[in-house]
Amino acid sequence: METFQHDVLIVGGGGAGLRAAIAVAEEHPDKTIGVISKVYPMRSHTVSAEGGAAAVISPTDSLDDHAYDTISGSDWLADQDAVEVMVEDAPGEMLRLEHWGCPWSREPDGHISVRPFGGMKLERTWFAADKTGFHLLHTLFQTSLKFDTITRYDEWFVTRLIVEDGRCQGVTAIEIRSGDMHPIGAKSVILCTGGAGRVYPFTTNGNIKTGDGMALAYRAGVALKDMEFVQYHPTGLPGTGILITEAARGEGGILVNNEGRRYLQDYDLGQPLDINDPKHPQFRTMELGPRDRLSQAFIHEQRAGRTFEGPDGDYVVLDIRHLGERKIDRKIPMVRELAVRYVGIDPVQEPIPVRAVVHYMMGGIDTDSHGATSLPGLFAAGECACVSVNGANRLGSNSLTEILVFGARAATAAVDHANQVPPPLDQLLESAARSEKGRLETTLLRTDGGGETISAIRTQLQTTLEEGAGIFRDETLLARTCIRIADLKKRYEKLSLADTSRTFNTELIAALELGAMIDVGEAIAHSALARTESRGSHQRTDHPDRDDGVFLKHSLAYRGESDPTIGYKEVTITRWPAGERVYGRD
Amino acid sequence: MTKELTRPLPRTWWLRKAPYFQFMIRELTSLVVFAYALVLIWGLWSAAGTGAFSGLHDFLSSPLSVWLHAVALVLALYHTGTWIALTPKVIVLWRDDEQVDPDFIAGVNAILFLVLSGALLWLVLA
Amino acid sequence: MDVTDPTVLEVFRYLPDAETEPRFQRYEITPQETWVVLDALNHIKAEVDPSLSFRWSCRMGICGSCGMMVNGEPKLTCETFIRDYETETITIEPLTHFPVIRDLVINMADFMEKLPTVSPWLIPEEGKPIEEGEYLQTPAQVAQYQRFSLCINCMLCYSACPVYGLDSSFTGPAALALAERYNIDSRDDGMRQRADVVTAHEGIWECTYVGECTQVCPKGVDPAGAIQMLKLSYALDWARSVILPKGHRS
Repeated sequence: METFQHDVLIVGGGGAGLRAAIAVAEEHPDKTIGVISKVYPMRSHTVSAEGGAAAVISPTDSLDDHAYDTISGSDWLADQDAVEVMVEDAPGEMLRLEHWGCPWSREPDGHISVRPFGGMKLERTWFAADKTGFHLLHTLFQTSLKFDTITRYDEWFVTRLIVEDGRCQGVTAIEIRSGDMHPIGAKSVILCTGGAGRVYPFTTNGNIKTGDGMALAYRAGVALKDMEFVQYHPTGLPGTGILITEAARGEGGILVNNEGRRYLQDYDLGQPLDINDPKHPQFRTMELGPRDRLSQAFIHEQRAGRTFEGPDGDYVVLDIRHLGERKIDRKIPMVRELAVRYVGIDPVQEPIPVRAVVHYMMGGIDTDSHGATSLPGLFAAGECACVSVNGANRLGSNSLTEILVFGARAATAAVDHANQVPPPLDQLLESAARSEKGRLETTLLRTDGGGETISAIRTQLQTTLEEGAGIFRDETLLARTCIRIADLKKRYEKLSLADTSRTFNTELIAALELGAMIDVGEAIAHSALARTESRGSHQRTDHPDRDDGVFLKHSLAYRGESDPTIGYKEVTITRWPAGERVYGRD
Repeated sequence: MTKELTRPLPRTWWLRKAPYFQFMIRELTSLVVFAYALVLIWGLWSAAGTGAFSGLHDFLSSPLSVWLHAVALVLALYHTGTWIALTPKVIVLWRDDEQVDPDFIAGVNAILFLVLSGALLWLVLA
Repeated sequence: MDVTDPTVLEVFRYLPDAETEPRFQRYEITPQETWVVLDALNHIKAEVDPSLSFRWSCRMGICGSCGMMVNGEPKLTCETFIRDYETETITIEPLTHFPVIRDLVINMADFMEKLPTVSPWLIPEEGKPIEEGEYLQTPAQVAQYQRFSLCINCMLCYSACPVYGLDSSFTGPAALALAERYNIDSRDDGMRQRADVVTAHEGIWECTYVGECTQVCPKGVDPAGAIQMLKLSYALDWARSVILPKGHRS
């Protein structure tokens, strides 16, 4: 059996993972780096991000303003020391990307251009047309090709963390091409595996967002923090769930119900200005409110019968006609392409049908502001991690910022740790891989399985999470979801694969992903059941108020024998005591 | 590791799609243009002496030669057309952040071609 | 064609663990009006035949994973609507000109190896510390290279290129288009550094401008145009070096 070893091993080749790899390669050229990804890095879901990345750049802006917007946007659940670090590091990260060739959109004089975004007091979102994630990812990937010290394992699927002597010492992974199991040893492992939108039935997320890294950490005894906070993006296309960027609203787009009314004015988000008013769109008002409030408004409108009915469910419309063709083609061309292709609407002529759709996980692997987890040698960054900078609700364009800042910080912490520990022993690696191979052969790959199918279990997991852990939740439905997921966990053990071949077995990969999805689902449901308050994107109809006295805390979900146990830890408050979230008025 | 499957391109690959076929015709026309240029040069060279020139003149006036020239003219014009269509790919002009219409570039080249050909024809006939 | 009628998918199968030869497998499905080919394949995998292997992720034409031959043409299956096909049978095969690992999954290692050789990263004349801010670049300057930066690495262009089909040592459309993207980025000064690979025999000079790469590109990158521009700029560069060897700068 071939073993491989690196100083730092990064799991996931998206924005956070590649940023971490470049950080190690540039600053520590003596260190060896492995980047392992179940897909080629250019396929990572960072590629689909559209609107932009936030960083303070205007002379009228300040780090404190960016921090306050983020903290109030998070409904005060964000750790303020981590937020302060993020807003401070952000402009340097964006400039670093620019120096690496990222085609940021520009002002006529050649300086970086910034656009308004939801929940932000003024423009600070850097953008590359409306393909910011695509350009960011390709810039990072192409830049990473400069470094000899980075070894990539493309299309390798990590099945387990290797933990010994109380620290993480590597991973076991399947080389998808051959089906062979290999150990990869490392002094430090950084998980950059992204979120888990695919645990819900209707999501902007691509197929690969199944929470694999979250499950790896969870199974190794690390807590998943704030899992109950799942972000619904207000504007996804009905049917496919394809994302229509918030930038469409940043440029002045409006949301309208079936009565032709800009309904957000009924939800304490301010008063609408005329679309031709030069001050439209107003920051932190109406369509530039935070995502949780906008998605909740959609559900209220739906229940009141003021949404349109369509073959793919109810929807409202996003009207950008008044922007004009030239502005649309320059600033948000992909919005037009997607609308034309997938719903047959040219937004220059007609409003776009949209609805709330699962988009982002605020929760994830519990880390500090250096990306370190409670397991020495294990780090995490990006959407799979929860620092927390996003708290109970993330502001748009903070995620691309987060992956760069914390990808780099986790890299620094990972190198520090690597300098203090010896490399893993070959016997450890070999025995871990052998035992993992055996585990798969006696479970998923056995031929006398119990007849359950991936498709059935997966669909039921998605359905029960949408029912119980959607935008509005209550105890009855959440408790039912928890029980259903426990049942699905048992049924998963009876999963039998139709395909037990070795070469590029995508059914096996889908089964492993489903296992991760179930773990993530149970963490979400149990954390949501335990939080008897409403905050940000977690809204309990049976506990509609925010309860700072009891719940100004992060939830921690620990894997248990059957159900997870939920613990809590304090939120770090530095300079902004918990207050009221105010939008639409000063 | 299991064996990968290779699917080599058949020799008739250019018959599979119209664009591939058109490409082959275009390449063929290059040969025709080249061949004609050789014929012309050889003819003029050998016409240094008057005896060879009248023989060349007889051949060139023969029906066979006229047919060959007609075919060559058609193919040469097709070749020229594809060449003109290519010009916007290398002549990329910008007015601020908008690209000058590629059809405009091709159009200018086409007009230039016609004007120059017309001038040459006038020179020869006059 | 009424898309609620059954449609037949003839799908290329290659299962090297069990079979030595490829074959086609026939699946009858009843597609919905909004279905793309990828939806049909996912339906087959979930409900009919879990052994069918193919790559996909974003389903919105930006990740580049799902390229396949649909009725003989290279397409992104997430953007290819079943209702647009008049034929009752739709044939789905792996992208041509690449070795097949299994079913619809091709080996794209060749491209991944070629990509770094064109130095596809920014090579500024002089480095600049972050504290000095951004390199200035006007919207007009961004526009010049923007279309060449839109490549999603989907490989449809390699499938359409007969030169690559006949000679896999050809660097190929996507890699060369990326070289041009950086060459004409106003912040870049790496044209000379890229010259060896780009102007090698397997580089731009092997291109005979068939032009099909541009035709099949789903993102409007125009790699054929990029290659012809490279030919002109490197030819001019060479001419300059011959005529003015001392006054020559990049």
